[in-house]
Amino acid sequence: MICDLSLPVLIASVLAASAPLIIIALGETLSEKSGVINLSLDGVVLFSAMAAFVVAKETDSLLLGFFAGGCAGMLTGIIIGYFSIYLHLSQVAVGFALSLLCRDLAYFLGNPYSRIQGPALLATKVPFYDALPSSLQIILTQPLTVWFAIFLIFALYYFFTFTRTGLCLRSVGENPAASFARGLNPGKIQLTAVLAGAFLVGIGGAAYSLSFKPGWGHPQGAEGIGWIGLALVIFGGWNPWRVAIGAMLFAFLQVSSIGLQDLFPGIPAQVFQTAPFPLMIFTLIILHYSTRKNAKQGNSKNKFQQFIGRVFMSRAPKALGRSYRQE
Amino acid sequence: MKKPPTTRHLPQAAFDILSGTILVFGFTALILLIADAPVLAAFKNIWMGAFVSTAKVSQVLSVWVPLILCSCGLLYTFRVNLWNIGIEGQITMGAIAAMAALRIPGIENPTLLLIFSFFASILGGATWGLLTGLLKTRGGVHEIFGGLGLNFVAQGFILWLIFGPWKRPGIASMSGTELLDHDLWLSTPTGWRVATMGLLVAGSVVILTWLFLEKSRFGLKLKAIGQNPKATLLYGLLPERYYLKAIMITGACAGIAGFLQVTAVYHRLIPSISSGYGYLALLVVMLAGYRILLLPILALFFASLNVGSIQLPIVLQLDSSLSGVIQGCCVLSALLILGIRQKRERS
Repeated sequence: MICDLSLPVLIASVLAASAPLIIIALGETLSEKSGVINLSLDGVVLFSAMAAFVVAKETDSLLLGFFAGGCAGMLTGIIIGYFSIYLHLSQVAVGFALSLLCRDLAYFLGNPYSRIQGPALLATKVPFYDALPSSLQIILTQPLTVWFAIFLIFALYYFFTFTRTGLCLRSVGENPAASFARGLNPGKIQLTAVLAGAFLVGIGGAAYSLSFKPGWGHPQGAEGIGWIGLALVIFGGWNPWRVAIGAMLFAFLQVSSIGLQDLFPGIPAQVFQTAPFPLMIFTLIILHYSTRKNAKQGNSKNKFQQFIGRVFMSRAPKALGRSYRQE
Repeated sequence: MKKPPTTRHLPQAAFDILSGTILVFGFTALILLIADAPVLAAFKNIWMGAFVSTAKVSQVLSVWVPLILCSCGLLYTFRVNLWNIGIEGQITMGAIAAMAALRIPGIENPTLLLIFSFFASILGGATWGLLTGLLKTRGGVHEIFGGLGLNFVAQGFILWLIFGPWKRPGIASMSGTELLDHDLWLSTPTGWRVATMGLLVAGSVVILTWLFLEKSRFGLKLKAIGQNPKATLLYGLLPERYYLKAIMITGACAGIAGFLQVTAVYHRLIPSISSGYGYLALLVVMLAGYRILLLPILALFFASLNVGSIQLPIVLQLDSSLSGVIQGCCVLSALLILGIRQKRERS
């Protein structure tokens, strides 16, 4: 299927392509685990990508660029948090309007910086580079964002599963009223989760404009990624590991579409670029059916079915999307 | 999601509108200052760009037509609490179906072709809407994701058509298919840029939507299902069936918008035939608080922003996305004011 890509190159490019997506999707996971849907992802990714590129260009500092991207994300998180947690407005309505606003804001403010050269985070060699076999050399020479994304998977998994704060956050996402009765402050916890999640989304956006697709323009190339991030969270069943695997799968589809283009020269490149999006969404259907079937069968004797059931079992946080009003 | 049917007093509403306007102007001015652009000149440019001549006003109307069609359609899905983000794809598929009908060989009569094309576009849009609905009711995919996925499918499909089977002889390019014969252009009054038919269709869709939603049993059922699907199930109504009906009507309205984009605006098929009007219509409906009476005027306001900002890049070297910033800001300000008021009423 993939003509002139060798396996190490393929793995390396999948890793590089998936890193920003993993960061974005994990940021959303954090927010959704606390019960708040941040639907503005698509706009926020572009907005933070623009902010990161502009700041990095002006200050000539990549670190400040990434920080600015995160802060830009957090700024939108404040809006989401205030509107949906404190004013109890529909999270979908606020998120959608904010998404379009952020996208256009990014294009408007970023206009003077379109199509110019700027700083970019390059792939760095790992320690003991020379001692490694050549295939590993190719795979492991990655920009820092890839290592950050991988670290984030572990960190979030640990946070959700083994820490008390993670437990509090999950309990708020499941049942805010009960959490309140146990002495937690659901509003505060949700706001913290939304802000932290939005910061991560901002870092993910910065990873696009500073590393994976360096530069800014209209279009930038990160369009539509936010929506995929949202779909990945559902695909991954709100589990950091599965979200990350989903992101890698999507990156694989994107990378292999370049190979497919060579095989079907008559079909324009743009068609292949849109292909992974519907594919991702149709896996959601399969997911739905397999989850439902397993729920019906209960504890099935068949080992394979049990395995599939465990892999595909997913359940949304119970209070997801509902705003909690303190009585 | 919906505004509560409180009887609003006139001074209160006036205060809301005033504070909303100040918020929007303030925010936009701030953004312009950040971009180091002349604030007043930008506003003036948008105003002039939309209303300076009859040609401009008619151009605003030509944006208003698809916008109001989509907004009216979206009212049906919002009634049953569905988020039909797939409306962009429904416009695209309507346009594709319209174009396909216009290419039927053997029919010489242009009026007949246009009538065929009109009904084909309704069918195309409604089918695409039905798919989103089936994904939700049968496939368990939330309508936002199903709709988005189908948007991308429609986008891929139209690109394939433009670069493949329907490409211009010799060169295939992003500028679209070959221009239609002049017989197949919907007629526009001289000096105007909006087709008379388009205005008529849009006007009648507004009236029909008002009748359906406010005056018919069907509208009442939709409302009941939107407010409490479980209770209506006990009442013998099947919510899923009404979800499908509502989304098909939306798709049909979007399809007509696609038909008009092909036959009255571009006279060909272009990759971005939907021009983002579907997403814009979602904003219009939200800003109108899901009420039909406000839709025509707000759609006109949004359309004039869109047309008015076209000149910004040429005159002031600003990106024309400023219109989108103002539009998004309008909706968020309205939500903010609504939220604050509700919070105050509760406490």
